[in-house]
Amino acid sequence: MAVAARKAGRAGSSAANKSTANKGSARKAVPNTPQFDKSQDLAAYNEMLLIRRFEEKSGQMYGMGLIGGFCHLYIGQEAVVVGMQMATKPGDQVITGYRDHGHMLACGMDAKGVMAELTGRRGGLSKGKGGSMHMFSKEKHFYGGHGIVGAQVSLGTGIAFANRYRDNGNVCLTYFGDGAANQGQVYESFNMAELWKLPVVYVIENNRYAMGTAVSRASAQTDFSKRGVSFNIPGEQVDGMDVRAVYAAGQRAVEHARSGKGPYILEMQTYRYRGHSMSDPAKYRTKDEVTRMREEHDPIEQVRRRLLESWKLSEDELKVIDGKVREIVNEAAEFATHDPEPDPSELYTDILL
Amino acid sequence: MAIDILMPALSPTMEQGKLAKWLKKEGDKVKPGDVLAEIETDKATMEVEAVDEGVLAKILVGDGTDNVAVNTPIAVLADVGEDLASAVASAKMPDLVALPAAAPVASEAAPATVPAAPAAPQVAYDAGTEVPAGTEMVNMTVREALRDAMAEEMRRDGNVFVMGEEVAEYQGAYKVTQGLLQEFGAKRVVDTPITEHGFAGIGVGAAFTGLRPIVEFMTFNFAMQAIDQIINSAAKTLYMSGGQLGAPIVFRGPNGAAARVAAQHSQDFAAWYSAIPGLKVVAPYSAADAKGLLKSAIRDPNPIIFLENEILYGQSFPVPVLDDFTLPIGKARIHRQGKDVTIVSFGMGMTYAIKAAQELEKEGIDVEIVDLRTIRPMDTDTIVASVMKTGRCITVEEGYPQSGVGAEIVARIMEKAFDYLDAPVLRVTGKDVPMPYAANLEKLALPNVGEVVQAVKAVTYR
Repeated sequence: MAVAARKAGRAGSSAANKSTANKGSARKAVPNTPQFDKSQDLAAYNEMLLIRRFEEKSGQMYGMGLIGGFCHLYIGQEAVVVGMQMATKPGDQVITGYRDHGHMLACGMDAKGVMAELTGRRGGLSKGKGGSMHMFSKEKHFYGGHGIVGAQVSLGTGIAFANRYRDNGNVCLTYFGDGAANQGQVYESFNMAELWKLPVVYVIENNRYAMGTAVSRASAQTDFSKRGVSFNIPGEQVDGMDVRAVYAAGQRAVEHARSGKGPYILEMQTYRYRGHSMSDPAKYRTKDEVTRMREEHDPIEQVRRRLLESWKLSEDELKVIDGKVREIVNEAAEFATHDPEPDPSELYTDILL
Repeated sequence: MAIDILMPALSPTMEQGKLAKWLKKEGDKVKPGDVLAEIETDKATMEVEAVDEGVLAKILVGDGTDNVAVNTPIAVLADVGEDLASAVASAKMPDLVALPAAAPVASEAAPATVPAAPAAPQVAYDAGTEVPAGTEMVNMTVREALRDAMAEEMRRDGNVFVMGEEVAEYQGAYKVTQGLLQEFGAKRVVDTPITEHGFAGIGVGAAFTGLRPIVEFMTFNFAMQAIDQIINSAAKTLYMSGGQLGAPIVFRGPNGAAARVAAQHSQDFAAWYSAIPGLKVVAPYSAADAKGLLKSAIRDPNPIIFLENEILYGQSFPVPVLDDFTLPIGKARIHRQGKDVTIVSFGMGMTYAIKAAQELEKEGIDVEIVDLRTIRPMDTDTIVASVMKTGRCITVEEGYPQSGVGAEIVARIMEKAFDYLDAPVLRVTGKDVPMPYAANLEKLALPNVGEVVQAVKAVTYR
């Protein structure tokens, strides 16, 4: 691809995705997107690429009938979870909905275990009983993996309540989409989180479509950063395709929550390239729209360009990274294909302790 | 023309209360809206206001009188200028001021064919093997037993906290959390906004991290708003996580019909929650069971639905005086030994079963009563053993008939003790209608002692 075209795309990106913060009705300017150093760009590239390749493989395996049921891919949204994770410290928790593979990988959960859960095998992180939408890791502080749209918002607020109760200095990142943002319990949770100054960051991943319904057709207020205004929760709109912008906003939000000032809302303006789930015909948007996002705003391509241009990595060096990522994903797929299904006796385990 | 001022009711279930203090004295002129006195029950305090203009001619019930029955005349109000002595003479004097501390007898009235229910029974706690021989017993209300259970567990484990509407500063909508705020502070006794769905989810999230929340629903009717979090998040996560992440949480509050609060506030959810794998469902009748089971529920690592009953809150029962009295969840109790027929019931249903057993005893029918105490996991063994002994069984509950707890019991008996049955098992349940408001219709909608007696006679062919 021509560098000029990419530069044009980049300019378009920053125009389309403004970074603004508001508290109540008063908006304040936020610092410009910070630059990453080489190690940050490399780390972000690695993490995002792993999610991308993992999800591509998941799509293939779904097509082969190895993965059943619902499978919601994260392709296109990688910068959100990777940038946010860079802004956390060990002990901080993550909870999300059912488009959760990327979050688990970003939390450091084993790719084999995630993939084997997708295929419903005994080596899956939930022993094959949860599937794509339901995985958890106490060790990595990942609390799921929830299938009821919006339920994770109350749950994440409860995790933050526990942080506050224990006074442990941890922050819970609570992810949900533009669709979940219209659920009632989200606002019940906002109210209590601000009332009790709970250390929670609400990360609204606005990928523009709740299943097939465009934001503008479902939301009276399409600026999700303002959804906390009536509770006095500050919010920002963030270019969720630029991992640096995500990271910078994440740092502000996490610092706010950790310092005892209460919750913070980040609207991540992002885009999913694939359908809502595997069975989505995507009739609600044009092919052009998808192509334009992929070509002009791709989060991984942005970092790749910096690695080549600013940090002077060679194509060969990037190929080495690529190869390592593919190896992890292929190993995971191999494991998930051949690992046995759960023993039938597992049907009646883990119902009660 | 003198008017009697009557003891008012503070709530639909109030039967009696204390006349705490008169704020007007005899001879004072009063006008509508003036506060005459303060009355209180164990769960609330209220001011009695004058409705008419006049002179307070005579105070009939003095300051500090306990157990004043609702509708007892407490004072006489004369017209201004009326002769006070004749006004007082014309007024009714209360003939029963101090009542014994009897249990309320709400909703026991039966159709005309049924003999009047006897006075509230004294429930002898069958210590059995659950309490060491010789243990001292003390009478306390179900309300106090629940409060003590929470307080003891909160002293024992700093991870236990209680949250819900009005649990702290108001001291509990039904005064079950009375005094907890004072002992444990606002961090552990958390008043929530009116937001059941949200705070149920917050409780479950906190439980995921290992805290042990007690989530109080003002009534279980309002838990309908939260049922997604209870079932989809609390009950299922352990399974969905392959055993990694459980929710040690207690959802508790009054369940079932109160009195005269109509359809949206009167429903028994025992059958609903008992249908869900991943939950335990507890529904105690006596104060001792309420205490021992709530303590066990708080320690249990699983999500527990703890169904209380507003009408039982004020009833007193003997409770063992022990430092740490817990009872096993999942064990029924033989409340009364008998040889002719088994009645299986739980919670409020026990009040009908016990009264019916006393009636039937007079007619020579010896009833065994199984108090389930836990609906899920259900103690099938105890039910089946009793049915094998008696050969006959009925179930009693306030819930709906279809897919009710009784229906489940009937199925289990059919599967495990069919050959021991001498008659079909019958169910006495709430009627298959939303709860009506009108007093007569409400009585008809609830089970009653007469129906239990009739069902027992039907299965014993009497």
